[in-house]
Amino acid sequence: MTTHGVFRYNTRDLALKPNDKTDVQPRRAFLRTALLTAAATATASDIALGESSKVPPPDRMGVLVDLTACVGCRSCEAACKKAHGLLKNSDDLAPSDTHISGRRRPNPESLTVVNEYKSSRAPSHSTFVKVQCMHCDYPSCESACIVGAITKKEGGEVLWDTDKCIGCRYCMVACPFQIPSFEFEKALKPNIAKCDFCFQRRKEGGVPACVEICPMEALTYGRRSTLTEIARRKIENYPERYKNHVYGELEAGGTSWMYIADTDFKELEFPELHGEPMPGTSESIQHGIFAYFVPPISLYALLGGLMWITKKGKESREEMGE
Amino acid sequence: MNAQTAAEPLDKKFLTPGVMVLILLAVNGIAFVLARIFFGIGAVTNLNDQYPWGLWIGVDVAAGVALAAGGFTSAALGHVMHREDYHAIVRPALLTAMLGYTFVAMGVVFDIGRWYYIWHPIFMWNGNSPLFEVGMCVMIYMTVLYIEFLPIITERFMGRVHLKGILSHLTRPLESVLRVLDSTLSKTMFIFIIAGIVLSTLHQSSLGTLMIIAGPKMHPLWQTPVLPLLFLLSAVSVGFPMVIFESLLAARSFGLKPEMEILSKLGRMVAPLLGIYLAFKIGDMVIRETFVYLATLTTASILFLLEIVLGVIIPLRMFLSRFVLKSPLWLFVASSLVIFGVLLNRINTFIVAYTPLFADKPYFPSIGEISVTIGFVSLLVLLYRALVLIFPVISVHKEYVTPISKYSIRGSVK
Repeated sequence: MTTHGVFRYNTRDLALKPNDKTDVQPRRAFLRTALLTAAATATASDIALGESSKVPPPDRMGVLVDLTACVGCRSCEAACKKAHGLLKNSDDLAPSDTHISGRRRPNPESLTVVNEYKSSRAPSHSTFVKVQCMHCDYPSCESACIVGAITKKEGGEVLWDTDKCIGCRYCMVACPFQIPSFEFEKALKPNIAKCDFCFQRRKEGGVPACVEICPMEALTYGRRSTLTEIARRKIENYPERYKNHVYGELEAGGTSWMYIADTDFKELEFPELHGEPMPGTSESIQHGIFAYFVPPISLYALLGGLMWITKKGKESREEMGE
Repeated sequence: MNAQTAAEPLDKKFLTPGVMVLILLAVNGIAFVLARIFFGIGAVTNLNDQYPWGLWIGVDVAAGVALAAGGFTSAALGHVMHREDYHAIVRPALLTAMLGYTFVAMGVVFDIGRWYYIWHPIFMWNGNSPLFEVGMCVMIYMTVLYIEFLPIITERFMGRVHLKGILSHLTRPLESVLRVLDSTLSKTMFIFIIAGIVLSTLHQSSLGTLMIIAGPKMHPLWQTPVLPLLFLLSAVSVGFPMVIFESLLAARSFGLKPEMEILSKLGRMVAPLLGIYLAFKIGDMVIRETFVYLATLTTASILFLLEIVLGVIIPLRMFLSRFVLKSPLWLFVASSLVIFGVLLNRINTFIVAYTPLFADKPYFPSIGEISVTIGFVSLLVLLYRALVLIFPVISVHKEYVTPISKYSIRGSVK
């Protein structure tokens, strides 16, 4: 980030030390509250203390996507559709040769998509990028949702609750990866569609449908802490094969899905994100303004006092006049 | 209340050629609202997965809330500071705010995908979400505004309830209900007035917090952690210009003499308020060094400069001029510029600054979206006109109208 004032944070390792964070939490929270009350009432010039109050579940699961292994067969797309009852007659379950280049995005008909990116250096070489919800450790969508319809669960999945959702689409504004998709064409009960990390299959002991079907074993499902180790070891053992970057390890405070690749992630249109949780700033401001309702109640008292004083003043002026 | 300038229902015609045009625009807007209800958001708007929010959130909601700020700023002036000389503007400002918020709420209802679930936030809370706070505050504040308007209704009907036929025996009970309501309200109104101001400062600022979570998807010219403060300051500084704008417009439309004495005094307070807003806006730009983005001519940089120069700096200079403050026309122009500046700022923050990651073409509102927005504004103006004809909202100097009292004999004497 160049001159984004908001995003000039100190890099801190947040994602990998949950226990360390819990110990420090109360005092930090207190300090933050005190600071923010002052900041909100006075100048509020530097509220960017960015820190989310929620700690991600320690045993959360994740998926490591090895983009060097993916051949772009798109069987994961079909498997995903099948697992979520989205399969149409025209869809083919067999591995596909038709690669689709660029910018297709996950949508209500296909919760994951695989796009082809031609290498800028060797035109014959392509990288295939599977796109789906990253299942952030500090989800912006969860923080933003007006009714709390989106939650990060114990298993790492970020789930959307159809019974609560009012369709305001703030999650789509908030998502740093531009993942949630909305059924704009439906007049009644339009849904927010996004990858649910196959939580139903996993609850029944299975693995995500895309992970299961992948013929190249490009997808590895496991505990997130293990996956980061695997990714690091892969990069260490094959430095000529991988760029030294585990995308999702630190981005946006860490995500449950992570990627390794032989190409710069920027070239593959992965958003460049800093290592702080995305909801940090707005949550700090919210909690500052509403710290135990002290600021609103103080303002109420202040205005009440002012009203009383000016009324007295007016009465005494009237008496003087008489 | 000063008897010389007591508010009265205006004795004017409702229908004029202008009103007919407004009715047409309103009907056109309502047609598109019906299309949205029956065929979905996608059928009427240009919104998509890349641009989930558009004109309705940027203008109907965000700008609507900001431009209704005249309600709480004039309440603070008239009631909290007890400046009796400003009482003539409190009621029109209250009515504008009440109608403004009603249409903000309608804008939200038709923008959300599941409009029939609009009540969900009352029971399903998310304290982390600025949108939740805005939603709750707007809901409560709208109720407060209706309560603040009640005395105007009791004043209108007290002693004038004459039900006919079978309902005639209800006249007395209804009358006493009005009297009890009136006396209770006059004793407790201060609670609601202060609550209204507190609620306003809260959600005016939190509207700014909304876009902070979009992070790097927002253009750096507008993305700043002080967005809530800038939103609050701009809302406070647009409050009085909005009251002036509306008062001059109403005076012209109803053929009344503009209340220049009050309006000039109000105008004098605008320059300092705009100055504070400008200082924070420029200060924020300097601290974050975002002025580098102004070096190249892009849509964003042009609109940002337009917002600052035409919407803040020029009217700020105008409001400092004695000549402008004395002239209804120039006061109107200066106020319009401030309103334009805040409107553009909200459009910029919510629509222009928002640059999604995978958009192939930029968003521009559809005819349907524009029709609904214009339709709602027309409907608001129509309701305002109807309500000032029915209820005592606008104060009229006695020497300019024939006094109409209950006891006077009507008819021609000449």
